[in-house]
Amino acid sequence: MKLDINGQTHEVDAADDMPLLWALRDVLGLTGTKFGCGGGHCGVCTVHIDGVATRSCVLPIVALAGKKITTIEGLARGKTLHVVQQAWLDLDVVQCGYCQSGQIMTASALLASNPKPSDAQIDTAMEGNLCRCATYPRIRAAIHAAADKLGS
Amino acid sequence: MNDIVNLTRRSFLKGSAGLAGALVLGFHLSERAWGQDEIPGKVELNAFLTIAADGAITVYVKHSEMGQGILTSIPMLIAEEMDADWSKVSALPGDARAEFAHTEWGIQATGGSSSTRSSYEQMRKVGATAKAMLLQAAAARSKLGVDQLRSENGAVIGPEAGQRWSYGELAADAAKLAPPEAVALKERKAFKLIGTAQHRLDGREKVTGTAGFGVDVKLPGLLSARVLHAPMFGASVKKFDAKRAMAIKGVRHVVQIPSGIAVVGDHWWAAKQGVDALDVEWELGAAAEFSSESQRKEMDALLAGDGASAKAVGDTVAALKAAKHPIEAEFDFPYLSHAPLEPMNATADVREDGVTVWAPTQFQTFDQMAAAKVAGVTQDKVVLHTTLLGGGFGRRANPASDFVSEAVAISKAVKAPVKLIWSREDDIKGGYYRPRTRVSASLALDGDGKPSALRVKVASQSIMAGTPFAGDLEKTGIDPTQVEGLDNWPYATPNLAVSYHRVKAAVPVLWWRSVGHTFSAYVKEMLIDEAATRAKADPIDYRIGLLGEHPRQVALLKKLKEASGWGKAGAGRHQGVAIHESFGTLVGEVVEITLKGKQLTLHKLTAVVDCGSVVNPDTVKAQIMGGSLMGLSAALGEAVTFKDGKVVQGNFDTYPILRFSQAPAVEVHILESGAAMGGVGEPGTPPAAPALANAIAKASGKRLYTLPLDLASLES
Ligand code: FES
Ligand code: FES
Repeated sequence: MKLDINGQTHEVDAADDMPLLWALRDVLGLTGTKFGCGGGHCGVCTVHIDGVATRSCVLPIVALAGKKITTIEGLARGKTLHVVQQAWLDLDVVQCGYCQSGQIMTASALLASNPKPSDAQIDTAMEGNLCRCATYPRIRAAIHAAADKLGS
Repeated sequence: MNDIVNLTRRSFLKGSAGLAGALVLGFHLSERAWGQDEIPGKVELNAFLTIAADGAITVYVKHSEMGQGILTSIPMLIAEEMDADWSKVSALPGDARAEFAHTEWGIQATGGSSSTRSSYEQMRKVGATAKAMLLQAAAARSKLGVDQLRSENGAVIGPEAGQRWSYGELAADAAKLAPPEAVALKERKAFKLIGTAQHRLDGREKVTGTAGFGVDVKLPGLLSARVLHAPMFGASVKKFDAKRAMAIKGVRHVVQIPSGIAVVGDHWWAAKQGVDALDVEWELGAAAEFSSESQRKEMDALLAGDGASAKAVGDTVAALKAAKHPIEAEFDFPYLSHAPLEPMNATADVREDGVTVWAPTQFQTFDQMAAAKVAGVTQDKVVLHTTLLGGGFGRRANPASDFVSEAVAISKAVKAPVKLIWSREDDIKGGYYRPRTRVSASLALDGDGKPSALRVKVASQSIMAGTPFAGDLEKTGIDPTQVEGLDNWPYATPNLAVSYHRVKAAVPVLWWRSVGHTFSAYVKEMLIDEAATRAKADPIDYRIGLLGEHPRQVALLKKLKEASGWGKAGAGRHQGVAIHESFGTLVGEVVEITLKGKQLTLHKLTAVVDCGSVVNPDTVKAQIMGGSLMGLSAALGEAVTFKDGKVVQGNFDTYPILRFSQAPAVEVHILESGAAMGGVGEPGTPPAAPALANAIAKASGKRLYTLPLDLASLES
């Protein structure tokens, strides 16, 4: 079946019920999207489906015909990082980094729909993205910093 | 002997093509490699770096990067002494190499919050040696004396205007020189890089999804695997039927290995479904009789005895007998899973001529030995590449090399390169937990409300037992990791007795971020806080009054008092404090909460850390923040429990780790006392849970001696 990923059409030869996560990682070699739980509990597999942050580990590819999929690999414009990625770098958010593709995808979808989120709105949006290194306070600060940059 | 050698001509560099004309520095290769089954003495120190003709410096970092920032701080040490241009420095994880041994342990390993402090001098020496050789190369080229030259920001500068040779131009000449016999290291006050906040060198790849973790290994013809483990520790396979698994699209092989049954497929989704479809009959033996409840009884029976004495001062028995109403506390700490977000995994390629392993590991040497054993080759035939680690917390420092052994066994069986990935359930149910620990304590106070006697009994499984670190455990009956933080009880107490009561169980246990301090800080800081309450004293002042022998702790508490706004919590808010020393570092924390019935809100955590001296203050702050929040995570909800022999929990819905909205604001203050450098990866963790529990006690009048905190019990 055909998948539209990061602006390119990919022909994927896989069973209909294969979750998007494994089609990305093991069929297409796009390993920036991570596996953490396989059950929608941790958020490390988050991608954008038509701009909405979605857990790819519980999303069968058959549901994705005609949808626009964006992964962490497709977030930057060439060498220019997305404002959220840049804020992450500026504030040294990452530790082990494993959760951060998912964190960034969720945060960038949040800012696309709500350019000036409150702390409570950030809590709600980010609640499903776990970070075992507990970088949460810096993630919050980086989302605010990115929002400020977007607003200026 | 000169322990730094010029290794330019040795061909061990990964992808060494393109390094022609580069300077490659390393330490002398040890003659003595690790034996298969004996623990040899310490091997020589080793490390190295390359300088390319364009001036790019690549540092091969011998310790594993698992979030703690070592891929940045080790290069900082080298760059400082080299006077390198920091913008030209990059870092790569070092593969398993004898010369990458830990300076104190003799094996290549990352743990014990020791990476920076144990390599502090060694890495600076590498940098200073490189600089000396570059200066010498510039002297030869310019016909000037070395004493007429100086180094600055990636170049050697001569006395005349325009006399400037970049390290890149000099690298090829320098590579031909013998390293100097001895080098001088900079005085601390001359540091330009060490002690300053630097951005992480691995930041960009981690925000763009290009960082290479273990699960991201790509190879031609690579297959994916998952292993079905026995449903109980101590159980084994009786028989199995692979028919349904083999029928799944993409499944190629079903093979039995010592730890279970592996399903191997074209992709992990096939392997996962294949495992779910296996029909297996298990040999359970007595395993099904084990439960958290049955274990509690066993532990209490052990605690009723005397145990092995780990510390005895004065006559504690008599002093307690004479005391009126001592504080009596029975603590219970559950098994904890490390639950790094990158599941356990390893990739192995077993061929006729040797084995290649790619692993996110903290224990390269042990894993290399294990891979050799499983594959049936000698250790020198095993190449082990270290990937980035998606969290470690101790789980990836396993003397049993569980995930690497499995990957090698599977690759050997199917004769193809295989990437093994555990599911989250495989990880949560798979063992190597922080041991379940029960502690029984009695603390007597004298007429002035000061401690007069303390008796602490610790019952837990030994982490060291059966590992190369067991020492004389079997003789003494004491696992030092299980009494650490208690056997050096810092508060003035004339009579003190600490005993260890070793528990045996089939559950595999391991070090979990801060090891024994995960519970000993809780015991110590809850007891002393209760003593302060009974003495009607301010908890910080009370502690200070008992720490006369520990001026660093006193200084830290004073700083914490001021930094946290102690005593000035907002309306309806409560503060709790705890301080603990671990891995050579002191951390004090104040947690500020609101508690309404069982509704707990964490507002703020203030930490003060004294790790002696600092390399990258931003990393120190990040580690203390992450470490303390991981301590809160465990206190708020983490527990692995057993029923009918099986682990009850399975995924993050039943093993809840700290979530975004639960995390308080965190403020970290660094107090550089100038003491010997301590670690920072773990010491943030121990004080967090007791600081929280002490705040809860302040708010509710109740001390919760069982973790995770049962907030519902506050309402009854
Ligand atoms: S892997 Fe998809 S939510 Fe955890
Ligand atoms: S940075 Fe390690 S899990 Fe988030």
